[in-house]
Amino acid sequence: MAARKNGPVIALGVVLAAGLAAPLLTGSAPGFYLEVLIGGLMAGVLYSLVALGFVLIFKASGVFNFAQGAMVLFAALALARLAEWLPGWIGIPAGFPALALAFVLATGIMIVLAWVVERVVLRPLVAQDPVALLMATLGVTFFLDGFGQTIWGSDVYKIDLGISKEPTMILQSMFEGGILVSKEDLVATVIATLLVLMLALFFQKTATGRALRAVADDHQAAQSIGIPLNRIWVIVWAVAGFVALVAGMVWGSKLGVQFSLAQLALKALPVVILGGFTSIPGAIIGGLVIGVGEKMAEVFLGPPLVKMWDLAGGGIENWFAYVLALLFLMVRPEGLFGEKHIDRV
Amino acid sequence: MRQRNIGDVILDVRNISLAFGGVKALQSISFDVREHEVRAIIGPNGAGKSSMLNCINGVYHPQEGEIVYKGEVRRDMDTHHAAESGIARTFQNLALFKGMSVLDNIMTGRNLKMKTGILAQALHFGPARAEELREREFCEHVIDFLEIQPYRKTPVGRLPYGLQKRVDLGRALAAQPQVLLLDEPMAGMNVEEKQDMCRFVLDINDEFGTTIVLIEHDMGVVMDISDRVVVLDYGKKIGDGTPDEVRNDPEVIRAYLGAGH
Repeated sequence: MAARKNGPVIALGVVLAAGLAAPLLTGSAPGFYLEVLIGGLMAGVLYSLVALGFVLIFKASGVFNFAQGAMVLFAALALARLAEWLPGWIGIPAGFPALALAFVLATGIMIVLAWVVERVVLRPLVAQDPVALLMATLGVTFFLDGFGQTIWGSDVYKIDLGISKEPTMILQSMFEGGILVSKEDLVATVIATLLVLMLALFFQKTATGRALRAVADDHQAAQSIGIPLNRIWVIVWAVAGFVALVAGMVWGSKLGVQFSLAQLALKALPVVILGGFTSIPGAIIGGLVIGVGEKMAEVFLGPPLVKMWDLAGGGIENWFAYVLALLFLMVRPEGLFGEKHIDRV
Repeated sequence: MRQRNIGDVILDVRNISLAFGGVKALQSISFDVREHEVRAIIGPNGAGKSSMLNCINGVYHPQEGEIVYKGEVRRDMDTHHAAESGIARTFQNLALFKGMSVLDNIMTGRNLKMKTGILAQALHFGPARAEELREREFCEHVIDFLEIQPYRKTPVGRLPYGLQKRVDLGRALAAQPQVLLLDEPMAGMNVEEKQDMCRFVLDINDEFGTTIVLIEHDMGVVMDISDRVVVLDYGKKIGDGTPDEVRNDPEVIRAYLGAGH
């Protein structure tokens, strides 16, 4: 194996670590620093959820699924609206029972969607250029956005997970003033962690998971030993749909279910660039790095910048992730955990 | 001498023709394979040997002709159906899942035998769990049989070539095939590795009664282990018979050694 040039990677690591440590060294209160860090990690978990959907589909079918964000929105809409309508239709109590049933139904809807996408979009385009497939998923994006509005409506809807919006105070004895942690974010983190564990078990321990890994490893080999590619694609899109549903539920309960959820896909893009398009751990770590980086930059990098150049201020959160991703692209184009391509000459 | 009881025709290839654009890879090829026999396909490079295997297990679809397998006449077969009906194969260019462990690779060959639903598997619940354990036990037998126990958990990409070939064979065996197609199982091996592989092929044939269709370049190997041999040259069949018959066939000699001899 060719020796990897580690210099630039190490340099970037040192710069990031220095950036991370700088606020502490320049006299920020440790409690506040920790609060920002935790907030960043939790936001990162949510980015990871969306990024996970990208990675699953890219690994198994080599398709960059631009529609992942639209799937998040569509799933969240289905969940919110069904939870609202179900008590009226079949008279189950509103609140948790309705939400649980809506979740099951929404899962079903995402599975049907996966099947339709495979039949109508992927199968006719098999073996076409990746660009054609990317365009096709762009089409799916717009279709889902519009179709979602048609059936579910276009207002802002609520998903009520029954968690109070009040933040809790932890570690009061250790830090002056304690650390404020949002309960919602905590629950979201727990849900995301459970989902990731479930996926890991599914991929490592079951026959279907093994088939999925086999297809991800080598399409043609998998097909020629009799693994049915079409069925695998349906399964992987369904799993990505389920991940989108969970992401939609968590984000929706935090921000309200609205059109801007679809834009999350664009937030997850730097995450997959950073983590590598083919790595599930990469999606998770990448999400955490972006989440923390963003928050840190907004809180600690923003104010000095604003003061130095007399700027209007704010908005760092919006572009910082992309700058970070760009830096990573320069030193490691395959991402942190992606497969390095070495072509035989 | 090995004890043999060769049965009826299990696979009958009739007038198969396959072309890629203007290139005629196979021209009206016919031959049959009997149950429990070791049947070799030989021929110079580009003779159409791999194309023939690819037609049998459904990777290629011949334009003309038919294949009768266990009495069922078929023209087109997809790979999934072929695998389900008991045809497994290994590959000339290794097509293993390099990032997965030896055990996992072999288990993928077993996937078709697993019938529990995806939901039950996802929940790792009752029958699915029992099935996974049962099938895994079978795969462990295959691993023992091929003497690759020490590498069970090693990612296949890290194994030397000869062992990868063995894993490829293991994956095919895991499906408990009736007919095993081997595409140059000994290519690129040294003498010792070839001997090992020959032993495995004969053992599979003896112990499990598996019918074997084999492509091989090494004439010594072919003549030693096969019962009957088909000879292809430029997509045409030029010889068919026992190793002795084929060896003395003037047409075959000409194809291998060139005209004028």
